[in-house]
Amino acid sequence: MEDKNQLDLNTELMVLNMGPSHPATHGTVRFFLKLDGEKIVHMETEIGYLHRGFEKHCENGTWTQAFPYTDRLNYCSAPQNNVAYALAVEKLLGVTDKIPARAVYIRTIMCELARMADHYTNLAAGTLELGALTAFIYFVEARELTWDIIESVCGARLTSNYIRVGGLASDLPEGFAGHVKSVFAKNRVFWSEFDKLLTHNRIFLDRMRDTGAISREDAISFAFTGPCLRAAGVEYDVRKASPYLAYREVDFDIPVGTTGDNFDRYLVRMEEINQSMRIVEQCLSLLPSGPININDASVRNPSKEDGHTYMESMIFHFKNTIEGIQVPKGESYVPTEGTNGELGFYLVSQGGGKPWKCRVRPPCFALTQAMGHMCTGSYLADIIPTFDMINLIGGECDR
Amino acid sequence: MGRLIDLCKQKLGGAVISAHEQHGDETVVIHKDAMLTALRWLRDDEATKFDFMMDLTAVDYFGTRPREERFEVVYHLFSLSHNHRLRVKMPVAESDPAVESAVTVWRAADWFEREVWDMYGIVFKGHPNMKRILLYEEFEGHPLRKDYNIRKRQPLIGPEN
Repeated sequence: MEDKNQLDLNTELMVLNMGPSHPATHGTVRFFLKLDGEKIVHMETEIGYLHRGFEKHCENGTWTQAFPYTDRLNYCSAPQNNVAYALAVEKLLGVTDKIPARAVYIRTIMCELARMADHYTNLAAGTLELGALTAFIYFVEARELTWDIIESVCGARLTSNYIRVGGLASDLPEGFAGHVKSVFAKNRVFWSEFDKLLTHNRIFLDRMRDTGAISREDAISFAFTGPCLRAAGVEYDVRKASPYLAYREVDFDIPVGTTGDNFDRYLVRMEEINQSMRIVEQCLSLLPSGPININDASVRNPSKEDGHTYMESMIFHFKNTIEGIQVPKGESYVPTEGTNGELGFYLVSQGGGKPWKCRVRPPCFALTQAMGHMCTGSYLADIIPTFDMINLIGGECDR
Repeated sequence: MGRLIDLCKQKLGGAVISAHEQHGDETVVIHKDAMLTALRWLRDDEATKFDFMMDLTAVDYFGTRPREERFEVVYHLFSLSHNHRLRVKMPVAESDPAVESAVTVWRAADWFEREVWDMYGIVFKGHPNMKRILLYEEFEGHPLRKDYNIRKRQPLIGPEN
């Protein structure tokens, strides 16, 4: 406001409500803005529009009945939520080491496919909201191909409900490896197309570079995790820091950014798609044969065939369904690397068939909290790419 | 006992009510009044260096514990440089559900504390903006308390203007 020509301009602050249903934000969220011209002077974020009482419902069902609810947390990568929950219950049961190797590898494959699909969705929505409709169509096609694989495994694109405590709902379908191979060949072509469309695109760069940046220290203080933390230069990935599933057995790299801005977040996500493909391919080549469920009828139901043939198996079917699997008293927290960051379930059991407490640490909750910090002082238009790269998923943030 | 538990006992002395290690997770239970000092020490000390407050939540032990320790506020801390984790808990009485806010220790605590207030009705003293986060201001009660009936329905009331 130093310029003489601007002295007589009215600089009264303008109050603006953005959302809760704004066409350029994916996810239901309301921003309460105070603007000086186009500059954001003050910003408040209001969430909660998608609150469904996830925890309350989990506390009132059996341990197994929580799985469909976990699907609806981050619905873009449902298998990861299933896995994170199953791992926490298995830790409480003390059966973590007894899960068959085949189930462990299939879980890893599903987690990485989900990560790819989630990144595609995020980048698709992000580019769309910046006006890049072509890129959106390309990303969504790649995502649909990936979701086709997930659908062939569990019958659903989004709400997979595929993992069980002690194993899996079903084995992989026939011809799975071939299906993955053909999809990955197409997805790699798509990847180079996105790269050509976006990475050196002047319009895209202008919107993404140097916007929504956060420093390394602030990102840590705000408990950032996942791509947004790595974009700020912190090499932290749960898959490397405390390996779970089969991540110790496979070779992959962790992309790390330098500036912590939206463009680095985009680059990190793009590279993670490649790394996920690497992991899936390695898992497929290492995939052992054998059972997919733990051999313990009190944890995982015996097969339907056994249930219809043997008395004991049938009794377990009844007991596991009606009373729920019996989890000893205690508490557990298992961190996993969700697409958006650290996804961990904190479970408390008082003994019995129902969780006493089923808390999920939602990664995008911590990220969304910093929206005001990242956007204050920048322009109104910068909210869109920043919010895109934060990747708020209402189902996960609001639970 | 784990290394972190020993460290906490050495440094915090009487403030540590109890400690246990279950399934490899180290847990210390700290007295409410000493919590903020303890958290700040856990963040700053070279041996602990918990720079991440990964999670903050509460548990309602209604009906299973005496009323003086009905609630438990639970922190999950993580240290990037040491790659270790610690669960820190504090009991909270039903009659006085108020604890110190940790917003000055980790900025992440802001929304997490608001959620605990929203869901359990535990107040965080010193919090700059202690209001509901997932539910609306007119909502009555705190739904994750065990004595809040899951079948209870309330009309959704919008703001007055």
